[in-house]
Amino acid sequence: MCGICGVVALDEPLELLPETPGRMIGVMRHRGPDEFGAWRDDSAFLGHARLSIIDLETGQQPLCNEDGRYWITFNGEIFNYPELTAELEGLGHVFRTRSDTETIIHAYEQWGQQCVDRFNGQFAFAIWDRRERRLFLARDRFGIRPLFLAWHDGRLLFASEIKALRAYPGFAPEIDPTLVGEVFNYWVNIPPATVFRGVAQLPPGHTAVFEADPKGSSPPAPLPSNLRIRRYWQPTFLSEKEDRRHVGQEEIRRMAGQVREKLVEAATIRLRADVPVGAYLSGGLDSSTTTALIHAYTDHHLKTFSVGFDDPAFDETSWQLAMAEHIGTDHATVKVGKEDIASRFRQVVWLTETPILRTAPAPLHALSALARSEGFKVVLTGEGADEVFAGYNIFREAKVRWFWSRDPGSRNRSLLLTRLYPYLAQSPPEFLRRFYGAGLDRPDDPCFSHRPRWNNTSPLVNFLAPEGTAAITGGKVGCVAEERLLAMLPDDFAQYGPVAKAQYLEMTTFMAGYLLSSQGDRMLMGNSVEGRFPFLDHELADFAGTLPATVKLQSLTEKAILKKSVADLLPANILDRPKQPYRAPDSSSFAGRAGQELVDQYLDVGSPGSHSLWKLERVPALVRKWQAGKLLSIRDNMAFVGLLSGRILAEDFGPGFESRIAGDILEDSDIAWRSE
Amino acid sequence: METRDAVRNYIIENFLFGDATPLQQDKMSLLDEGIIDSVGVMELVAFLEQDFELSVDDEDLIPENLDSVDNLVAYIARKKAA
Repeated sequence: MCGICGVVALDEPLELLPETPGRMIGVMRHRGPDEFGAWRDDSAFLGHARLSIIDLETGQQPLCNEDGRYWITFNGEIFNYPELTAELEGLGHVFRTRSDTETIIHAYEQWGQQCVDRFNGQFAFAIWDRRERRLFLARDRFGIRPLFLAWHDGRLLFASEIKALRAYPGFAPEIDPTLVGEVFNYWVNIPPATVFRGVAQLPPGHTAVFEADPKGSSPPAPLPSNLRIRRYWQPTFLSEKEDRRHVGQEEIRRMAGQVREKLVEAATIRLRADVPVGAYLSGGLDSSTTTALIHAYTDHHLKTFSVGFDDPAFDETSWQLAMAEHIGTDHATVKVGKEDIASRFRQVVWLTETPILRTAPAPLHALSALARSEGFKVVLTGEGADEVFAGYNIFREAKVRWFWSRDPGSRNRSLLLTRLYPYLAQSPPEFLRRFYGAGLDRPDDPCFSHRPRWNNTSPLVNFLAPEGTAAITGGKVGCVAEERLLAMLPDDFAQYGPVAKAQYLEMTTFMAGYLLSSQGDRMLMGNSVEGRFPFLDHELADFAGTLPATVKLQSLTEKAILKKSVADLLPANILDRPKQPYRAPDSSSFAGRAGQELVDQYLDVGSPGSHSLWKLERVPALVRKWQAGKLLSIRDNMAFVGLLSGRILAEDFGPGFESRIAGDILEDSDIAWRSE
Repeated sequence: METRDAVRNYIIENFLFGDATPLQQDKMSLLDEGIIDSVGVMELVAFLEQDFELSVDDEDLIPENLDSVDNLVAYIARKKAA
């Protein structure tokens, strides 16, 4: 796992200031502290910060093929590289290293841009073809690894993190209130946007080509107009009719067996590494499953890691310890308190590179620090199981609301919601009906499943300058971001059932843009730890997409087929345990000294800063309510955390950027310049 | 202070953080306009009980009583007259 960056100029010779490589690579040193490498010719510069995991001796980057035509900089893992290498050697390719990086180059030589179809992994890479003067970029199917792009001064810039683009001399992208409004509405930016004007992300499951005289149509902004992108993968599901078909017990048993087979394969190939591999254990079904599978099918002795909370309302330590004992792993826990969350928060925002509405990434930053301090560079986690096998409440909610929409006047149908959210039994039923009944008259709305969630979040845009509200212009539907979202939906999306639609949206928005990023890659790589996610093996996900929704969400029982497939491996209480969403204390985390300092610095409207982004007159009343301990609703808490993180981001990527990166910039002598 | 002003001021301070712009009319639905959420309803009830010394019964927890400034003002008047 690593950090990559580069600059390509096609119209004129590429001139770089001497400090450019050291700035761009250096600000990502947390992603790869083991080695810093670079290469350049007259048109392209490629940079690399390496976290050595596979082929420790000869896996240095950037790397070229045998005649020096192709140069690559690569972040990630291709888990099936031994099989691909053997296949390519059989086709006559000669390998000089045993690294998956070299496998990518030969695969590109052999299969061209379609090489990505062969890769089982998590990756972002760039290959520069010197002969054709063509840059090829690719990002993995789910967006596990990040890849950002910008067009500046006639040059294409790319990097694993936005801060590396920002470190390019003269490039200072501004935070756009409309794009922050998008986060304050959807919780994420809809690809290819980021909150920075002129900075794009290559959407998950896409490749891109940058060359002179491109053919075909331009991609959506803010991707550079001279780039050509292609989607090579997206999640697929059955049609509504197939989704609802009755499945007999014998067929369910067969399906569970197939899930098990694919899960075992997905977990075991993710143990491939030349360094020790550990695992996160949250105490829930998903990470317990991956841990139990490794225990049952390999002789790998696992070290497991958990995060616990001082506040018992969030703590799952007893479940974690029970599971660790059940399997017999060597287990370590980090206990996180509110002061820990507050004291990490500024660094967390530096890593997420986007405003966040919850503090939940912060404890995960503490967890990766624990793993790293115990000598682990790689951990497996249970991420993705809820999306692939329909575990989240939003899927159950979609099913209930769809059922309710067929008889909107029914009182009993709406009361099913209290099965999902027991605390709602305390809420006035008429208000409950109004809240969850939003959009009930439009069950064909592609975003039907997510309307209540987004409607609840969208008033946060009132904390932004007036342009910020443009993110939701036109009411709840029809805004710019939503058009971008609708444009990426597959052609047959309308044929999907309510659960499948919700799964697709959840995977491509919240999972890709937040869970895998702000809670995933960024918190792990912030401490130089690579996460691997067996449930996001595309062969497993593709297979799950062929299973009817009725076996994933059986009545209102979530992940039913997954539970059946691993029933013999897990204790009954883990299998039957209602899902507890991972959460951390939000605004209350800032009540101590570290938090108060942040509030004084970033929520004091008298302080200097990027005032133009915000509607500051609202802030004092928010802070007063927080001080009085009355920020009770989820929305108030999201407003507080969103505003605080947004203000920190604006400072650290704005006027404070140079002082923030001063200690990270590399000298040229720190960088190994590669040659053929 | 007039009941209407007190209700408006509470909503603007507590749910809109001093920014009256979203509350353009007293007849606007607080829920549909995203001014309150389900927890907000309970905050509103606590406000009525504390500041107006009302006792709000479970059967009163309906939008017709609580979902706009107009409805709240009318509800308070009815309860006080009772």
